[in-house]
Amino acid sequence: MGKIKIINKGLLTLVEDLGRYGYQKFGVPVSGVMDEYSHKIANILVDNDISEATIEVNMLGPKIQFLSNEIISITGGNLQPLINNEHIEMWKSKKVSDGDILSFKGMKNGMRSYIAFSGGLNVKKVMQSKSFYSRAGIGTEIVNGKIIEINGSKKNYLNNKIDESYISEITDRTNLRVVLGPQNDYFTGKGIENFFNNSYEITNNSDRMGYRLKGEKIEHKKRADIISDGLGKGAVQIPGTGQPIIMMSDSQTTGGYTKIGYVIKKDLDKLAQMKPGGKVRFNQIPISEAQKIYVEYLKEIEKLEKIYGSNKSFFENVLDKIKKIF
Amino acid sequence: MELKYLPSGEDGLLIQFEKKISEKVNQQVRKLEIALKKSNIPGITDMISTYCSLKIDYNPMKISYKKLIDKIKEIKNNISNMDIDKPFVIEIPTLYNGIDLEFVAEYNNITIDEVIYIHSSKEYLIYMLGFTPGFPYLGGMSEKISTPRLENPRSKIQGGSVGIAGLQTGIYPVDTPGGWRIIGKTPLKLFDTGRENPFLLESGNYLKFISINKKEYEKIEEKIKNNNYEIKKYYRDFE
Repeated sequence: MGKIKIINKGLLTLVEDLGRYGYQKFGVPVSGVMDEYSHKIANILVDNDISEATIEVNMLGPKIQFLSNEIISITGGNLQPLINNEHIEMWKSKKVSDGDILSFKGMKNGMRSYIAFSGGLNVKKVMQSKSFYSRAGIGTEIVNGKIIEINGSKKNYLNNKIDESYISEITDRTNLRVVLGPQNDYFTGKGIENFFNNSYEITNNSDRMGYRLKGEKIEHKKRADIISDGLGKGAVQIPGTGQPIIMMSDSQTTGGYTKIGYVIKKDLDKLAQMKPGGKVRFNQIPISEAQKIYVEYLKEIEKLEKIYGSNKSFFENVLDKIKKIF
Repeated sequence: MELKYLPSGEDGLLIQFEKKISEKVNQQVRKLEIALKKSNIPGITDMISTYCSLKIDYNPMKISYKKLIDKIKEIKNNISNMDIDKPFVIEIPTLYNGIDLEFVAEYNNITIDEVIYIHSSKEYLIYMLGFTPGFPYLGGMSEKISTPRLENPRSKIQGGSVGIAGLQTGIYPVDTPGGWRIIGKTPLKLFDTGRENPFLLESGNYLKFISINKKEYEKIEEKIKNNNYEIKKYYRDFE
């Protein structure tokens, strides 16, 4: 069993996995990582199951000391990770040694990085998940001086580097695809038109719970309030102000504002890396297409698991890559 | 009753019942939720039951939007043949000694004993849980004890505190800031991750406050500490 020590926890450094399901009806948010794609790739690169917890580093990174030899990978936004003050390559597995210090020089591109540890983090599951939900203190909190156990790699050596085409692109402008509903009939024609024909800016008032945007007002027919119903990641709530709020990982489970639509999961990964000041446009797609995109996205992850993960030798991996090309 | 099926993204479905806050509608939500749980439709990952809707989370790799709706409709049509447990009433022993109890009595021009009697004489339906883990949204409190919430919320309300806000009554599951008028406290723990079932309450069931004295409070508290307190509950009929 290996260990790491949190020397400085940074701004917001969290243990997260793919979320806590099964307890939303009791008011427990799903939480989990903000950028699922980067989290999954980080795990794949160190031969973990994609559901294993990673450490989500938000904006200003922590300082972490390794108390054992480990294999790690760092993906997501580029916060300039350093080992013993030397830059290291992201989207790649990396061997680190007992005593090494991981730190982050600062935000270069994107908002959040994911650190995966081969073998996984040995933290207790609470209600079937390792995710930390800060508002109710559910899960394992990272604090200064904390020691976290690492299960340790099954391997002595890993040399995985993801093909450049699979590295997620980070931008300050993007289109978000939206499935209308469930309360799109609460808006005027002009309101819906404004929503899809204007760009909206991400405000400073954005966090893991939701991104507040500002732009052309989205007009309701009558009221902005509904009898509270179920809410989830991706929901675009429009309160009386007519300004959208996109719900993110720490979204509360119920809400009383009208939801014009839901942003598709794949595009939320992109949004999770965008900073205040970034601009988004909404594009409507039918649910059939949204489901097709989602299934393809999950299948692509499965494919990457086969290529980079599992217990394959370097030679087998090369063979797979050749097969992929032809 | 005609239900509406509305998308909530590529992996969510909102089933909308008649849009109103009523015990009858909420019991229909509960019935469908239980029926769906029993049916084991592949791909359903979670459900959120609220006042008059049920949100289903599902995996579109396992089931498509259309197919999911077809399956739910099928189950809904057979619901009358299904054996669904009656809702039950959980007893909440409560020591009525809250900091605002006197204010609530004065505000409504009644005595403290009358406040306690009115508050503890009803079975309250748990319409849904939300806001914080385990927080119950209860319905049907008497107008006779209705009191507006504090203008300035207190920075810390102890877990277990029983409060009133307007026509609503509720219990704070854990220590949180809050603006409800506090009239009492229960030794029961509504939310405890150390328990096998962390939640005491569930939507669609009822609760009833039982007035206890300080001695009884301490006794129950002691039993909870030693893990040998048995929750008292009884079944009641559907609305």
